[in-house]
Order: sequence, then C-alpha cells, then structure tokens
Amino acid sequence: MKSDENGKESRRIEVLLVEDSPGDVRLTQEAFREANGAIQLNVTTDGIEAMAFLRKQGDHADAPRPDIILLDLNLPKMDGREVLAQIKNDDNLKTIPTVILTTSDAEADIIKSYQLKANCYLSKPVQLAAFETLVKSINDFWLTKVHLPPHG
Amino acid sequence: MYKEVLLVEDSPGDVRLTQEAFRDANKSIRLHVAADGVEAMAFLKREGAHSYAPRPDIILLDLNLPKMDGREVLAHIKADSVLKTIPTVILTTSEAETDIVKSYQLQANCYLTKPVQFDEFASLVKIINDFWLTRVKLPQQMQP
Repeated sequence: MKSDENGKESRRIEVLLVEDSPGDVRLTQEAFREANGAIQLNVTTDGIEAMAFLRKQGDHADAPRPDIILLDLNLPKMDGREVLAQIKNDDNLKTIPTVILTTSDAEADIIKSYQLKANCYLSKPVQLAAFETLVKSINDFWLTKVHLPPHG
Repeated sequence: MYKEVLLVEDSPGDVRLTQEAFRDANKSIRLHVAADGVEAMAFLKREGAHSYAPRPDIILLDLNLPKMDGREVLAHIKADSVLKTIPTVILTTSEAETDIVKSYQLQANCYLTKPVQFDEFASLVKIINDFWLTRVKLPQQMQP
C-alpha cells in the first residue's frame, strides 16, 4: 500500500460486497478479517441497495467510495448483470474494479459478464476451505498487488 | 489445455524474465510476444505474418511501446466487439496516477507495476499465473 497524503503507511481498503446469502456474507467477512486487518467490508444484499450505496442515496448518503466491488450475479430486486451494466455505464463509477463472485459456472454468464466489462469472473466454491482460499487469493491479488484507481 | 498468453513488451530483458518465470510457474502456458503496439494489433486481428495466431486467453500489456502506445492498443481492444472480452492486464513500470486512472477508464481489467528486482518480478508473474490463469474463469475460446 502506498503512503497517503498524510504520510500514513496504509489506509482502510473499502470493499463493497453485493451478496444476498447471509451465509456467504458471513464466510466472506471472516475470511477477509483473517487475511487483511485493513479491509472495511460493506455489504448490500440486493441490486437496488448496491446502486443506492454507490450513488450515496437515501440511507447511504455517507457511504464511502469502494476500492473494489465483489458482485454476485443472482440477486433480488435488481440482478447482478444489471448492476454491472449500470456501474460500467456510469462515468464516475466505471473505474471501480468489479469482480463477479457467483456460484454460476455457466459459459453464458461468464461471457456476458466480460461483455458487460466485469474486471474478472470468479466462481464460489461450495467447500468452506476452498471458499476461504478464494477470498485470500482475492486479497493477495486485488488488494495487495494490483494498483487500484485512487479515490476520486 | 494450453493457455495462450500474449505479452506486449518492447524490452527484451523483460520478455526473457517473463518467459522464464512463466516456464517455472506453469508448463501449459504458451507465451506469444509482440514487441510493439502495431504488431500486437496485427496478432490480435490475425493480419500479415500473424494469420494463424491463436486468440489469447489473456493479454499482458505494457504502456510505453514503440509505434503504437499501450493506451491506444488498450482502447482498440476494448472498442472491438470480438476482442473486448479478452482480459487485458496492464504490466508497466509506471506508477503515475494518471496512467492508473486512464487505464481503468479505458477498461483495463487490472493494473500491475513491474518490480525492478528479479525475484520480485518472478513472484509477480507467479501471482498472475495463480490468479488469472488458475482461479479466474476466462471467457471460453470461440471459433473465429
């Protein structure tokens, strides 16, 4: 992590997880907590709430801009493909790396997500240990090695 | 199945280091190299000497390139309906924020900086292999 303007060695990394399964939310929280103490995990449980968070609307007026978004595809109210399309068509939001994290292995979902400009596509393993390993690999790659766009 | 990687890089030293690091990390990678932006686009569009070029599973793209620079290569890839789904990873020495923001605006899939030290460079290539070529679901190869 680069030093910020105040000379701090690191700052909080804001992650937005868009996920409707309480079990998966909890597993993701626990795995990130173990992997990286600097991560602030924000959770929205449907697509409408995700867009309200990103646009700082309603209850989310004070929401931080996420450094990265982890997006499930199958969501209530507004589905993940629609959320992805809205993010990537918004001049202000489109630079936020958006990682698809879903149980779907369907080729149609993979190709559609890349067409809609997902930054990468990961499928959620069912086994707990494999799920933890995946979250750790997201941390090791996206939140450690990658240069993320600065907060604009 | 082989994974086809297109490395767009003009520095012979970096090409060699990348080749060696991929060879250590994953035997099933075929690394193709284009040394400038014009050659990269010819490879991707199967023009001239590249008429039999495979479609890459992933592109590793330097920003500062002769003939056509990496930003323009990236813009061409992401504006092409056939090529735009190929994950394109920026791999450059630049840490300038303008380059980072511009690359994400042009829909780079991610932005990585090349370390100067050899062992760190090898470890970055291994991480690219472990993440992009092992974990990530890449779009399936389509017949041309």
